Amino acid sequence: MSNEGAHHILSVLVQNRPGVLARVAGLFARRGYNIFSLAVAPAEDEGFSRITIVVDLESTSLEQVVKQLFKLIEVVKISELDPHRCVERELLLATVRTTGDQRGQVVELVNIFEGKILAVGVEAITVSLDGNPGKLDDFEELLAGYGIVELQRTGRVALPKLDREARLRAVKNNNGKAG
Amino acid sequence: MKITGAQALIRALEMENVETIFGLPGGCILPAYDPLLDSPIRHILVRHEQGAGHMAEGYAHVTGRPGVALVTSGPAATNMVTPLMDAFMDSIPMVCITGQVATWAIGTDAFQECDTVGITRSCTKHNELVMSAQDIPMAVRQAFHIATTGRPGPTLIDVPKDCLTNMMDWYWPTDQEVIDSLPGYRPNTKGHPRMIKEAAKLILASERPVLYVGGGVLKARAAEALRELAELTNIHVVTTLMARGAFPDDHPLCLGMPGMHGNATAITAMQQSDLLINLGARFDDRITGKISSFAPEAKVIHVDIDPAEQGKVRRPDVPIVGDCKQVIEEIVKAIKDLVANGSAPADTGAWRSSISGWREQFPLSYEPSEPGEALKPQFCLEQLRDNAPEGTILVSGVGQHQMWSSQYWKFNEPYSWVNSGGLGTMGFSIPAAIGAKVGRPDRTVWAVDGDGCFQMTAQELVTAAVERIPIKVAILNNSYLGMVRQWQEMFYDERYSEVYLSPEVPNFVMWAEAMGCVGIRVDSPEEVQPAIDKANSIDDRPVVIDFRVDAREKVFPMVPAGYANDDMLLPEWQECNRGGLK
Repeated sequence: MSNEGAHHILSVLVQNRPGVLARVAGLFARRGYNIFSLAVAPAEDEGFSRITIVVDLESTSLEQVVKQLFKLIEVVKISELDPHRCVERELLLATVRTTGDQRGQVVELVNIFEGKILAVGVEAITVSLDGNPGKLDDFEELLAGYGIVELQRTGRVALPKLDREARLRAVKNNNGKAG
Repeated sequence: MKITGAQALIRALEMENVETIFGLPGGCILPAYDPLLDSPIRHILVRHEQGAGHMAEGYAHVTGRPGVALVTSGPAATNMVTPLMDAFMDSIPMVCITGQVATWAIGTDAFQECDTVGITRSCTKHNELVMSAQDIPMAVRQAFHIATTGRPGPTLIDVPKDCLTNMMDWYWPTDQEVIDSLPGYRPNTKGHPRMIKEAAKLILASERPVLYVGGGVLKARAAEALRELAELTNIHVVTTLMARGAFPDDHPLCLGMPGMHGNATAITAMQQSDLLINLGARFDDRITGKISSFAPEAKVIHVDIDPAEQGKVRRPDVPIVGDCKQVIEEIVKAIKDLVANGSAPADTGAWRSSISGWREQFPLSYEPSEPGEALKPQFCLEQLRDNAPEGTILVSGVGQHQMWSSQYWKFNEPYSWVNSGGLGTMGFSIPAAIGAKVGRPDRTVWAVDGDGCFQMTAQELVTAAVERIPIKVAILNNSYLGMVRQWQEMFYDERYSEVYLSPEVPNFVMWAEAMGCVGIRVDSPEEVQPAIDKANSIDDRPVVIDFRVDAREKVFPMVPAGYANDDMLLPEWQECNRGGLK
């Protein structure tokens, strides 16, 4: 499902104010940019939130997306995270059909992936898995064979890797902000 | 000191040196209108909120200071959407204040409630819903700061009624407090020194350079700097629709307007250039024509204060993010340095002689009418131009009359031309001319309008008459939506669909008189001069001249939408010389 080549991860630090998410989402809609996934939560400083956006680039350049985002007054900083140089995590919840002897097979699959079983019904179970989005893709594909009743993924969150040289590639700092 | 939010709002506007507000009161904004009675700020009571918005724009265009509109919630706020978008497209500094239902009623679908910040989010540079009386002074300061710095634009403050009636402790934020409150807003005005040097080198090396000047030069108040650069380098200048007047039309280096209805020389010079020096323009589709065929051999220097304009349409060889005035001055210095150190400019002699050949062969022209034939709109404009008092400001609506105005007027000083460029808002001219006259009462203000445009916002002439704002209006009345008619004639096999407006109704002279203006009708060429003389002599009320002009007249040259600029259509009598443009 994911096409890593066209995907770019932007970590966007914004002022934590009403309507900020609507501004970001509105900008993407208005200019025809594709959001592949989006996660938002307060950042380390309570006045700010961090939005992790996975952008699907087909018709525009990443540079234009970043520059347009910077024009939003409440966007303070944007970093592009290189998928190979950051840690990414995502959470998946799935309810899977488990008729007959399938339950054992699904439980085994959950164990192999080190996932969790959250709820058990007569003919279905709900499982969870967190980890690298690629691993979640594999898990989802295997579960699909049994029949997924409902699925919810959170969208990825990411931070730069700490080891070796600084991995964070800041696309621009405050001083380069748009007018 | 405790005062009400409404008092704080008006005091904050006074602190921002606001002299005039364009507005119309209503339910939710009512509390703000009470302290306004005791304020030195002049309030101009409009007849429709859209009028207030365009007046604020016209005021900002000619003064360079933010125009202010004050209206109520709901329908008043939605009526502001068009002017806000217009100001956003043309980077006009404007602050709009809307009333909102009380904070406790927000979200309940209360009377005259609408999601103003939601609706205006994509047509403002920034907007803000104030949720406490205490926040009003900071919200006002932020709105003015954002509207007037960086790439200018409209801002909106939405103020709930209880925030206006509640008490607050008055304060006035310092500049530093305003900046600190906007950590994500740091416009860059100073161009990168290395890029500036790079630009200077390219300019000296170019054999076919053109200065492509946009509205950013006017916003940066860089007309003088531009003139210095042009004269230093002897490079020809084209001024876009938004930049007319930024470089004097009577200057030998001025080629006038490029683009869809630009003149053949300006279009061709850009097309064949080897270096486009873009100063505050944005490669708009109306300039470039088919983008893949636009100026194919040109390198590009792009100066713009908005980084997002760099590479949006055409990738520049030398991008410079900064304020046009600062950057142009730096480029001038860099060129002087290079020359002082022995760099010689390339030979542009052949290029300059090509340009003068085109100018001679392809001037703007129209066929004058024979005696007894219908009036030509271009003739009316020439007469208006030649009789205009020194310093006259021209304001136009949108359509054929706008293009003729831009083509046939002579804009010899900056801020003498006001029009709706990006959004193309029909009905812009009457209210914008009123705003311009309020901003520059010492100047004659002529609004050139079409009969279609006029019928969209004419009611503001009542405002002008009552408030004693003596603008002059020239309707180029061809009883058609003229530009649409032109397209239907040229591209839809003369199948005229819904473009014919009645020549009898309305009676524009009676309508003008009913609104407290002087109305004059002109049918024939010999009536033109006396009518203009009469209009120019009246200074105590607005004047409307209804020029009945030839409906068959079309705007030429024309680059049809989607065509390459090389394929521009010339007037018939020039088509035979087309080879001369190669």
